[in-house]
Amino acid sequence: MGNLAIQATDLAKWFGEGDARTMAVKSVSFEAKFGEMLYIVGPSGSGKTTLLSMISGILKPNSGTVLVEDRDIWKMSSDELADFRLNKIGFVFQDYHLFPRLTTVENVALPLILKKRDWKESIKVAHEYLEIVGLAQRAELPPVKLSGGEQQRVAIARAIASRPDILIFDEPTASLDGDTGRKILEFVREHVLNDRRCIIIVTHDSRIFEYAHRIINMEDGRITGDEHEK
Amino acid sequence: MSGILKIAFKLLVNDKGKFAALLVGITFAVFLMVMMTSMFAGILSRASSTVTNIGAKMWVLDPAVNNVSSSIPMPDYVQDAVRSIDGVKYAVPLYSGGAQVKLKNGVYQAVTVIGLDDASLFGRPDLIQGKIEDIYAENGFIVVQDAEIRKLGNPKVGSEFEINDHHGVVVGIARANISGLFGIPTLYTTYSRAISYLPSTRFTASYILVKPKSQNDIPHIKQEVNKLGYQALTDDEFIQKISNFYKYQTGLGINVMLMTLISFIVGLSISGQTFYTFILENLEKFGALKAIGAKGRELVSMILFQAGFTAFLGYGLGVGLASFIIMSAKLKMPDYAAQITDLNLGIAFVMVLIIAGISSLIGIRKVIRIEPFDIFRG
Repeated sequence: MGNLAIQATDLAKWFGEGDARTMAVKSVSFEAKFGEMLYIVGPSGSGKTTLLSMISGILKPNSGTVLVEDRDIWKMSSDELADFRLNKIGFVFQDYHLFPRLTTVENVALPLILKKRDWKESIKVAHEYLEIVGLAQRAELPPVKLSGGEQQRVAIARAIASRPDILIFDEPTASLDGDTGRKILEFVREHVLNDRRCIIIVTHDSRIFEYAHRIINMEDGRITGDEHEK
Repeated sequence: MSGILKIAFKLLVNDKGKFAALLVGITFAVFLMVMMTSMFAGILSRASSTVTNIGAKMWVLDPAVNNVSSSIPMPDYVQDAVRSIDGVKYAVPLYSGGAQVKLKNGVYQAVTVIGLDDASLFGRPDLIQGKIEDIYAENGFIVVQDAEIRKLGNPKVGSEFEINDHHGVVVGIARANISGLFGIPTLYTTYSRAISYLPSTRFTASYILVKPKSQNDIPHIKQEVNKLGYQALTDDEFIQKISNFYKYQTGLGINVMLMTLISFIVGLSISGQTFYTFILENLEKFGALKAIGAKGRELVSMILFQAGFTAFLGYGLGVGLASFIIMSAKLKMPDYAAQITDLNLGIAFVMVLIIAGISSLIGIRKVIRIEPFDIFRG
């Protein structure tokens, strides 16, 4: 394992005020390293999605710090934070969130277009990433014409197209059958993970735990376990 | 086009159903607004046709006159007094009144008779057939070749008719610049013949046409005419006075304004609602874009582009459709009074901008409020 990718310290997040206040994450600290495939697991309502959102610059914590490359991301302006997410983080959402009115290759090119890369160049690069995920032949189809597993791979291609340091997967196998889910995770570990990249996966699907280097267990907003690959 | 706007364009036009609904809404609204205001502009233009066709720079009239056809005759001394005002190059009387013409087949037809000053024939029309001096010939009348001429049986030079039991002969056919509003033919004759052939009150001059020596003399002339108890207006002011009469004193203007407003509301409702649905359907995707790293202003620019593109396209289609309908109608019905003016187009354009603005504002509020965290929470 390499250097630190993320260093979260004393992260806390609550929703509501007064009697209605609900603590979603309670003083959580952890580190994630480059080259590591880290799972955050736990039952629904344990705070894992909230934690994921805080470390990826989407949800501001009520207290604590998130350091990425020694910089506290929550001291950034909103524009800097948007640039941070665009350049450093790749997201694979649970429902993929692909645009049905765009072609598959245009979906993959989105982060590059947001980075203001030339349209033709973005599409060219997106084709290369579709080839990596084995969907070169499906480039011009709209995502709705693809199977669930294929859409998941398109979402992965979109997430890695901007060459982020940190990849965030939210329940990647929730919409897939067991076999497809395992194939996707095998693919991610073999082709997406490298020494300069950290992958963080939120899941409660125990069928894919075997692909993790490390598993953080959460319950009631706290880390209750931190297991490393044997 | 920048990449983000190209994405916005593709998201918009690839959703064919919604894009079509948006376009139909805006096109329909623009079409109705342009049609309504064009018809009104046509009516206003025709209501002032005599002022435009005569071409005098200044008109002296009774202050109670609010449109050309309802003139109030003035005593002869007014003309003399106006002629003596400093800055007046010349001033001549004009007769304008209605009469009944009995055609060869015994049918009666209402006409407008314009009596031109005998000496100068100031305000004479351009002739297509005949010579202007023939207007002095016995019983000579010039008929205007507009859409209404067929109501006189399409007379030629030499055609005869009766007017108030007097014999009338067509000695010339004049080109129509702008047709009148009320759909009746126009005859020109001399002032003296007009007042002798047509029953009139003690006073005979409907208007006094004034040629000022220079533009600078106009305020002084107005002032002096006011002292006489009459009103002196430039041609533009007279046209505006007539226009104001139809706009504010006949109910016509309010009705057209209401119809234009209704068209605007229809357009706003259809496009506003469709655009809102479009944004709602894509809201999660916009949230995902935000999570990926799109800035708020980039999403706003996408929405503004989508609303603006639809609005401009709908505007073009609406104006094109209205132009086509008006042109087709004029080919079939020469009487059809509608004209597209810069003002009409400007009004419709502003209305479309408001529709696009309000529609996009609804979407922008939604998109600005969506939190990327909501995407994770599902």
